[in-house]
Amino acid sequence: MTRFQEAICEKLLLSAAWTSGSIVVFIFAFMLFLGLPLLSGGHFFSLLTAHWAPQQGSYGILPMMAGSLFLALLGLLFSFPLSLGCACFISVLGPAKLRFLLRKVVELMTGIPTVIYGFVGLFLLVPLVRDIFGRGGLSLLSASLMLALLIAPTMILFFCDSFDRVPRSYLDAVDAMGGSKVQKLLYVMLPNSVHGIAAGITIALGRAVGDTLLALMLAGNAIHIPHSCLDSARTLTSHIGLVFSADFESLEFKAIFACGITLYLFTAVLVLVVRGINHRLRRPL
Amino acid sequence: MREKNAVACLTLLLALFMSTAVFANALESFKNESGTLRIAGGTAHIPVVKEAAARIMRFNPDIQISIAGGGSGLGIKQVGDGLIDIGNSGRKAKEDEISRYGLVMFKWAIDGVASVVHPDNPVRSLSKDQMKDIYSGKITNWQELGGTKGVINLYTRDDSSGTREVFWKKGLDKGDISSSANFVASNGAMKAAISQDPNGIGYVSVGHIDETIFPVTFDGVHPDLETVKTGKYTIARGLYSNTKGNPAGLAKKFIDYLLSDEGQQIVADKGFIPVQ
Repeated sequence: MTRFQEAICEKLLLSAAWTSGSIVVFIFAFMLFLGLPLLSGGHFFSLLTAHWAPQQGSYGILPMMAGSLFLALLGLLFSFPLSLGCACFISVLGPAKLRFLLRKVVELMTGIPTVIYGFVGLFLLVPLVRDIFGRGGLSLLSASLMLALLIAPTMILFFCDSFDRVPRSYLDAVDAMGGSKVQKLLYVMLPNSVHGIAAGITIALGRAVGDTLLALMLAGNAIHIPHSCLDSARTLTSHIGLVFSADFESLEFKAIFACGITLYLFTAVLVLVVRGINHRLRRPL
Repeated sequence: MREKNAVACLTLLLALFMSTAVFANALESFKNESGTLRIAGGTAHIPVVKEAAARIMRFNPDIQISIAGGGSGLGIKQVGDGLIDIGNSGRKAKEDEISRYGLVMFKWAIDGVASVVHPDNPVRSLSKDQMKDIYSGKITNWQELGGTKGVINLYTRDDSSGTREVFWKKGLDKGDISSSANFVASNGAMKAAISQDPNGIGYVSVGHIDETIFPVTFDGVHPDLETVKTGKYTIARGLYSNTKGNPAGLAKKFIDYLLSDEGQQIVADKGFIPVQ
């Protein structure tokens, strides 16, 4: 490859990186611009703390923020132990054939469209939850259980990858000392994969917060702050989906941008927090 | 023998020709047409619009008709913005919407909005006051209404729904709807939700009622085609198709078809009341 070709390649790749990077910034600027009427009027912060009651002229998105947060955390709570266990099994503990098979299944799971999960949840899980608890068919619980299933493959594959990155010599050392598989996992692989595990959780949490369809189909979409797992709740994403068809000129519609900005900032803060944790974790190593 | 066969063939051909001729009368205007027609908005309209579109596309495969839901508000907004050709709404377009977008409305059916419960629910009749108390959250258990014990699960639609607007105005006298009410996004989704939830109560377009849900007698009147037609059942509204400016081309022909005898027959077959 000539020097000239190399230069062209570099420029092309640079422009690709710049484009994708600037789009992220551009989208945020776009939302700020459209949300400006709310921001400049000093309404933005009152929106974050008030309730949604368009008939009374109140367009607060607090219930939706609570809904998003609860749903995502609950989904993560169900999904994390499952994913970690599954990853340990696939990477170390299981018999070779089953490990291979299981990994393929998990890879397949990443490709299942959300709407399928939503549909299955609606017709199988919702009636089950309703039968067991006597109420709360469409609820945080139903939605978060399906959400857990949705985000699990992301976490499992991330965890597996970080287990695989543990240096071979470390594992050989454990074997040489006569350590069992479980000891290898607990004392060598897990401590050396904290970084990857944290990254997996971030991506999964981001996906959980950003998911629209499961929340829309299964969480019930009631506009109040949920007090129990069996309460119906509305997330920021499904709120945008539901209000989107309102009149463009109305304040209801404009309040959507507050939701958008909040979602954006929420994800950004999430990424920063995890970066911070990673940074701190890496130092002593 | 051969002659007999020929006669039989001819008769068959003639019969076929006549049957298509009878059928094709209203569809004749779609001959030699081609292109796409985009329809979206009100979800109550969908059964009728879908059937009409299927017949038109079968008659002339060169025509592509796409149908989407989204709710009345969305239908009006998208047709106003020129994103679709026909925007359906289950309510009259508001004054400012008409003036802003230059909308022209066509009413092609009358539809009731019925409150519905699960078929197993023993509560079969409610008064307006009871309905208001249920929706505002004052009555929270079916037991208070003479039913079996169970917390009432409320279902409602989002603000842009024409069905919600009519039910809220005429069924609840614009009363409060409890913040714990679940939201679903279409008439179809409402039917699915209520048919699954033994303690649920919601409301759908009368055209969507089948054996999976039970329409509650409201203030002593059972909501069905007859009572809506005579005006005894009061929670009713028109089904509209809106265009930006006067319709032209396929959009005009489609609306004409809905208003033709055949179109109105589809309206009646699907459980709505024809306007002609």
